[in-house]
Amino acid sequence: MALYSDTVMDHFLHPRNVGSLSDADAVGEVGNARCGDIMKMYLKIEDGVIADVRFETFGCGSAIASSSMATEMIKGKSIEEALAVTNKEVVEALGGLPAHKLHCSVLAEEAIRSAIRDYFERNGIPYDKSRFPEAEEGSCCRMV
Amino acid sequence: MKRIYADNAATTRMSRRAIDAMLPYLDTAYANPSSLHSAGQEAAEALRRAREEVAACLGAEPKEIVFTSGGSEADNQAILSAAALGERKGKRHIVSTAIEHHAVLHTLKKLEKQGFSVTLLPPRENGVIPPEEVERAIREDTCLVSVMYANNEIGTVEPIREIGAVCRARGVLFHSDAVQAVGHLPVNVKEDGIDLLALSAHKFHGPKGAGVLYARAGVPLVSLIEGGAQERGKRAGTENIPAIVGMAAALREACEKREEVNARLLPLRDRLIEGLSRIPRSALNGDRTARLPSNVNFCFEGIEGESLLLLLDQKGICASSGSACTSGSLDPSHVLLAIGRPHEVAHGSLRLSIGEDFTEEDADYVIAAVSETVAYLRGISPVWQECLAGKRPFILP
Ligand SMILES: Cc1ncc(COP(=O)(O)O)c(C=O)c1O
Ligand SMILES: [Zn+2]
Repeated sequence: MALYSDTVMDHFLHPRNVGSLSDADAVGEVGNARCGDIMKMYLKIEDGVIADVRFETFGCGSAIASSSMATEMIKGKSIEEALAVTNKEVVEALGGLPAHKLHCSVLAEEAIRSAIRDYFERNGIPYDKSRFPEAEEGSCCRMV
Repeated sequence: MKRIYADNAATTRMSRRAIDAMLPYLDTAYANPSSLHSAGQEAAEALRRAREEVAACLGAEPKEIVFTSGGSEADNQAILSAAALGERKGKRHIVSTAIEHHAVLHTLKKLEKQGFSVTLLPPRENGVIPPEEVERAIREDTCLVSVMYANNEIGTVEPIREIGAVCRARGVLFHSDAVQAVGHLPVNVKEDGIDLLALSAHKFHGPKGAGVLYARAGVPLVSLIEGGAQERGKRAGTENIPAIVGMAAALREACEKREEVNARLLPLRDRLIEGLSRIPRSALNGDRTARLPSNVNFCFEGIEGESLLLLLDQKGICASSGSACTSGSLDPSHVLLAIGRPHEVAHGSLRLSIGEDFTEEDADYVIAAVSETVAYLRGISPVWQECLAGKRPFILP
């Protein structure tokens, strides 16, 4: 399999933290079925730390692998640390993605942010809205 | 692990006969057919024989056969030639369909930029282009109708003979991209009323990079490649003799074995269709019967096609999909959208195209593997989970 690196294939074939959390403290969903990628992230947050995380993804191999990698990167981290995770870091941790597949991984970063914003909203925690740009309605997964 | 190759619409394995036919021309019989010496004349003789064989398989005359680098080139040349002829007569309208291969669609786009107007007919839900619709779309200034013989994605076989008759009656040139049909269906250019036809060797167990443009005698062609006088001045460049000889051998074999092969494939195709139809919220794409004997194409709600393909590959199954992520574009297959599948569902498509070596056990293995993999992907799909929870409507029945 030359399309994806061994790390991508490992995360795609054996996704970590896959599933849902019925007692999640926050849920974020990004993407659009029309575009072929939806990512949903569930967080359990204790004392400002991401104690547990699960994801569900409708999407291609790189979308599923990126979701899986992203959950590993934020588990056990503080909210601030999780918010600092970028799409670029996820892709690097995966050992890279083919250029035309990068856009499928953007959702990982967005899903983390969307879930954390949900946490802030649910708990009435004030936050800087400019750090959570809304995805443009109707626009498909953007190319990067 | 055994590999099950179910992607014959993408390309086929070369037949032993075709390889054996080619070998001497890669080895000892390497001369240029344009050379005067006896070695060259042996190559010219091979070229002549290949042309006769190909013509015979299509019901054409040898002089109506132009060898090309494949199906794409033949489609390009056919359409551009008809357009050039139309241009001279002040006819700048072309009728085609929304489900053509990009070799046709992109050529038409190019002509639109040059001032041609193009009507792309939408198919019925089963992928069929009704001949009445073709008839209705033809105008005074129509110079060409281009309708594919069989669709490469959903396998629908078009009513070519009826469309050919419409074109003949209206005096409009008729081109058919028969890349998926030749060698698999009884194509006969005269009986089908086809003026221009494209075929590709690698779709019927011949070599890649070889194809044919059939142009009925009297239909003038424009040359896409200028240079020497090969192919009667219609396609310059020293002929790819090994590939042409291999193509002719493969085509003759495919035509000889066609009925026997199809009789084997048909029940296997139908077994796959029945088995995969048992997957909940799945839908067959294309017509149930007006369909290539090799083609099976389904949409499965709630999943994405590329991840399905990758997992099937792990189980030894080679297939394809019309999802955006397999095409490198942002949109799923234009064919699935044209037959009315919403984007959400079109992303979850699977095409299986079986070949002669496919067995009943393979079919059962594929059915089990696809059912299992679709269930697994639905298990981790937020779309499917939300549908199950009633938060999102199901699209497929
Ligand atoms: C319907 C159709 N037309 C044209 C082509 C292009 O043929 P080739 O690959 O020989 O250029 C293909 C194959 O990809 C096809 O399926
Ligand atoms: Zn993708």
